[in-house]
Amino acid sequence: MLKLLERVLAVARTTQVWKSIFRHGFPSTDGNRALVMFSNVILHLHPVRVRRGALKIKFTWCLGGLTFLFFILLAISGVFLMFYYVPDTRQAYSNMKDLGTVIYFGSLFRAVHRWSAHAMVFSVWMHMTRVFMTGSYKPPREFNWVVGVILLAITLVLSWTGYLLPWDQLALWAVTVGAKMAEASPMLGSSGPFGPELGMTSSNDVAFVLLGGTVVGQSALLRFYVLHCLALPLVTALFIAVHFWRIRKDGFSGPL
Amino acid sequence: MAPEDTVLVWPHLVYIELICILFGVALILFLSLISPAPLEELASADTTPNPTKAPWYFLGLQELLVYFDPWLAGVVLPTMIIIGLVLIPYIDPNPKGKGYYTFSERKFSIMGFSFGLALWYILIIVGVWFRGLDWSWYWPWDDPHMHQPAGAVKLVDLEVILTSVLGLSESPLVTLGRYAVTMANLITWAFFLGYYAIGFSLPFLFLRNFYRRLGFVRYNLVMFLFLSMMGVPLKIFLRLLADIKYVLVTPWFKI
Repeated sequence: MLKLLERVLAVARTTQVWKSIFRHGFPSTDGNRALVMFSNVILHLHPVRVRRGALKIKFTWCLGGLTFLFFILLAISGVFLMFYYVPDTRQAYSNMKDLGTVIYFGSLFRAVHRWSAHAMVFSVWMHMTRVFMTGSYKPPREFNWVVGVILLAITLVLSWTGYLLPWDQLALWAVTVGAKMAEASPMLGSSGPFGPELGMTSSNDVAFVLLGGTVVGQSALLRFYVLHCLALPLVTALFIAVHFWRIRKDGFSGPL
Repeated sequence: MAPEDTVLVWPHLVYIELICILFGVALILFLSLISPAPLEELASADTTPNPTKAPWYFLGLQELLVYFDPWLAGVVLPTMIIIGLVLIPYIDPNPKGKGYYTFSERKFSIMGFSFGLALWYILIIVGVWFRGLDWSWYWPWDDPHMHQPAGAVKLVDLEVILTSVLGLSESPLVTLGRYAVTMANLITWAFFLGYYAIGFSLPFLFLRNFYRRLGFVRYNLVMFLFLSMMGVPLKIFLRLLADIKYVLVTPWFKI
C-alpha cells in the first residue's frame, strides 16, 4: 500500500501540474532546502541559513512569531464570526446569543477570538520587553522598533474596538470609559484643558468623531465594526509586512 | 560569517516554528475550551454597572484616574508613554549590549525601563484584582457585593494646605481673566516647576559624564521623560500619604 502511494507520488512529481506549482524537489537535500526558501512566498521571509546561536529559544522565546500566530488566529476566527454578525444595535446582541447557542462551533470560535486577542496584547508586551532587554533596538534597527511601537498601539486599538461589538453591558460601558477619556483630551476634547476655549463642544470634539455622536450608539457600533474588521487589520498587515521586511534586511541581532 | 557557524533554516528554524505554532494553537484551544467568552446583559444606557471596568490592558490607565484627571490619565500620559517608547532607540547612545542580555553594561536604561514596566503592571494588577464597587479598594477576602464604608479622608489641594499652614492671604495678587493668582498658587507653581528644574539640574551638575555621553538634546528628552515618569508614583504617594488632591490648580487644568 505504502509502496503504491510512493509510486503514485513519484509519477505525480513528474507531471506538468506539479512542476508548475512546486519549483523544487522535496526539501531533503541541501540544494532543495535552499530552493524552498527562494520559491515559497511565506518561507521566503527567512534567509537560507541562520547563525546557530540565533536558534536559541532563551534568546527570543519565539515571542514575535507567537504574536504573529495570534494575529493569524484572530483573522481566521474573525472571518468566521463575521458571517454571523450584523453591526446593528437591534441585532448584534442576539447574533452573539446565536453564536453561543445555535451555531456549530460558534462559542468555540468566539472563545478562540477572545483568547487570541488577550494573548496577542500580552505577547506584544513580552516581545517588546525582550527586544529592549537584549538591546535589539540599537542601530541599525531603530526604525523597526518604531514600527513595533506603532504595531503595539494598533493592537491595543484593535482590541478596544472589538470590545464594543458584542453590544452587552461590558462592551457598552468599557467603551464609554474610553470615550469619556477622549472627551477630556487637551485642546481636542470638550471637557479637556483649553478644549472649550478652542471651540470644542460635545458635538464637534474628538470623542464625537470617534463615536459618530454624543453617546455610544448605532453610529459608534458601525464605526467600531468597520475599524475593527477592515481598516485596522489592513493597517496592521501593512506594518507587519514592513516589520518583517526590516528584520530580514537588517539581520537578526541575536547571539554572535 | 563562516558556513560552519550557520545552519540551514529548513529544517532547523522551520522545525522550531512548527513547534511554536502547535504550542500556541494548543494553548488557545485549551483556554477557549475551559473558559468561553463571557456575554453579559444586553447593553443598556439606563443601568450603569458598578464598577465600570475597561479591558484589563487599559486598567492601569483607569487606575490612574484615582490620582489624576482624565485628560492626564487617559490622554497625556498614554501619549507620553508611546512617544517615550518611540524615542528609546534615539535617546540611548550606548553602543554596548546589542544582541545579548546584559545588565552591567546598561544599568540606567534597564532600570528605567523596568521601573516603568513594573509601575504599569502594578497599576493593572490593582485595577483588575483590588478594585470593586465605587472603585474602592477590595482585598481578596472582602465581600465584593458590600459597599466599602465611605472614607473619612478628605482630600485637599496643596494650595489650600499652604494657605492655612503659612497663614497666607486668600485675596489674589493678580487676576488674569478667569485666573485669580494667589500667593499660595504661586508657591505651588514654584513646587511644580521646581521639581523639573531641580531634576534637570542635579545630573547636569553632578553626573557630568552622564550629561556628556547623552549631549544636550538627548539629555533634555531623557530627563523630561524620566522625571515625568517618576512624577506619577510621586503624585500617588502625595495623595495616599498626605491626602493631597491637586498639586497645581488653574481654571483650565489641574494636576
